[in-house]
Amino acid sequence: MKGSWAAIRTIARRELAAYFESPVAYVFLVIFLLLAGFFTFTFGGFFERGEASLAAFFNWLPWLFLFLVPAAGMRLWSEERRLGTIELLLTMPVADWQAILAKFLASWLFLIVALALTFPMVITVNWLGDPDNGVILSGYVGAALLAGAYLAVSCMTSAFTRNQVIAFILAVLICLLLILAGFSPLTDLLARWASPWLVEGVARFSVLTHYDGFQKGVLDSRGVLYFASIMAYALFVTGVVIRSHRAG
Amino acid sequence: MIKVENLSKSFGPKLAVDGVSFEVGKGEVLGFLGPNGAGKSTTMRMITGFIPPTAGSVFVCGLDVQVDPIGVKRRIGYLPEAAPSYTDMSVMSFLRFSADMRGLQGEARRTAVRRVVELCHLESVLGQTIDTLSKGFRHRTCLAQALIHDPEVLILDEPTDGLDPNQKHEVRTLIRSMGENKAIIFSTHILEEVEAACTRAIIIDRGRIVADGAPRELAARASSGRLEDFFRSITRSDVQREAA
Repeated sequence: MKGSWAAIRTIARRELAAYFESPVAYVFLVIFLLLAGFFTFTFGGFFERGEASLAAFFNWLPWLFLFLVPAAGMRLWSEERRLGTIELLLTMPVADWQAILAKFLASWLFLIVALALTFPMVITVNWLGDPDNGVILSGYVGAALLAGAYLAVSCMTSAFTRNQVIAFILAVLICLLLILAGFSPLTDLLARWASPWLVEGVARFSVLTHYDGFQKGVLDSRGVLYFASIMAYALFVTGVVIRSHRAG
Repeated sequence: MIKVENLSKSFGPKLAVDGVSFEVGKGEVLGFLGPNGAGKSTTMRMITGFIPPTAGSVFVCGLDVQVDPIGVKRRIGYLPEAAPSYTDMSVMSFLRFSADMRGLQGEARRTAVRRVVELCHLESVLGQTIDTLSKGFRHRTCLAQALIHDPEVLILDEPTDGLDPNQKHEVRTLIRSMGENKAIIFSTHILEEVEAACTRAIIIDRGRIVADGAPRELAARASSGRLEDFFRSITRSDVQREAA
C-alpha cells in the first residue's frame, strides 16, 4: 500500500509541476481571481446586499467554475494521448487507477489553491463587518467539492478524446446539465406542468441543490456523499474509457 | 526471460497479431523485423502490458503479464515507438520522475540518473526542456528513461528511428553491449542493424512469424546471401497487399 501511494504522489507531483512550469497555471489563476472579483463586486452586489457575507462570491462560483474547471482539466488525459506519453505512463509500474487518481488529485489541489487565493475577500468582509465565518468555511468546503465534481467530469471527457477542445466542450455541457437540473428559473418553469415530486427528484441530481446547502452553512453528509459519488463515478468511467482504448 | 505463447490481437475484424510464439533468453538480442503494419508494435505493446492480448499469453521473468502486470512492468524497460516524453519537462526532471516511478530514491536515484545520462550522452542538455531538443536528443532521453532502473528485459520499438548515422551506430553498440546480460527485443526497418546488433532475428508479416533464426543464417537462405533479399522474398509490400 505504501508503494501505491508513492506512485500516486510521484505522478501528482509531476502533474502539479506541469501546471506551474507552463504559463497555464498563472493565466488560470489571474483569470479566475479577476473574474471572481468582478462577479462578486458588480453582478453579485457585494456592497448593495447590506450584509457581511460572501454570498455574492459563492453565488457566482458554479457559473465561473463551469468554464474554468473544464479548462483546467481538459488536458489531463487528452494531452497524454496526443503526446503518446500515456504509453510511457501506463507501462511504468502503476495501476491505471493510481494514475487516474493521481492526476485528478493534483488538479483538484491546484483548484483548491486557486480557491484559497480568494482569501482577500474573507479579510475584506471581516474588516467591513462581522460575518459568520462558519458559514464562509462551509461555503468554501462546498466550493471545493463542486470543483472536484466538475473536475472529475472533465477528467472523464478528456479521456474520451485526444482533442482538448472537444474534451472542454463536452465537460462544459455535462456540467451545465448538472447545474440546470436545479437552477430555479428552470425548475420553476418545469413545476408549472410537472408534478412536484418529479421536479424535486430532478433537482436532487443537481449540483446547485447540494451546493446551496453548504452556502447556508450546513455541512450536510448527504451533500458530501453526492459530490463524492459524482467524482467516484466519473473517475470510474475514466478508467473504463482508458482501458477500452487500449483493448482496441 | 521473455516467453510469448500463441499471442493474438484483433482490432475489430482486423487480426493484427496472429498466433505469435517465441522465447528470448538472457544474453539474447532479438531483432524484430517486418513491413509497416506487420504487428511488431502491437506485439511489443502486449509484452509490456500496455494492451491486453485477445488470446495467448506473455511471461516475463516467469510472471504472467495478465496476472501480475505491475510485477512485469517493474522488470521491463520500454522505449515506445516515436519515443514520447513529457515535452514541458526538463531532461533532468523527466529522468528524476522516471526514477521515482521505478521506486529509486536518494543516492540510488542520483546514481541511476548519472549512469543513464552518461550512457545516452545527455550531459549537455540536462537543464533544457524536452520541447527544445533535437529529435536525436529526445529519442535518447526516452531511451534513458527505459534504462534508468537497469531492467532485466528491454523492449525497444525502433530505437534508432530518426537518429543520424553516428547516433545510430552508438545506439547499436549500446544495445549490443547491454545484450550481454539482458534480454532485449528491438524492432527496426534497417536490416544492417539486425546484422550488426542482434544474436537472432524474427521476421513478422501480417501478424505471423515467417522466419526465425540468426541473421547470418537467414541471409544465407537467399541465393544472393543478403538479408535484404531474403526479407523481400518472404514479406509483401503494401502495394502487393492491396493487389492481393
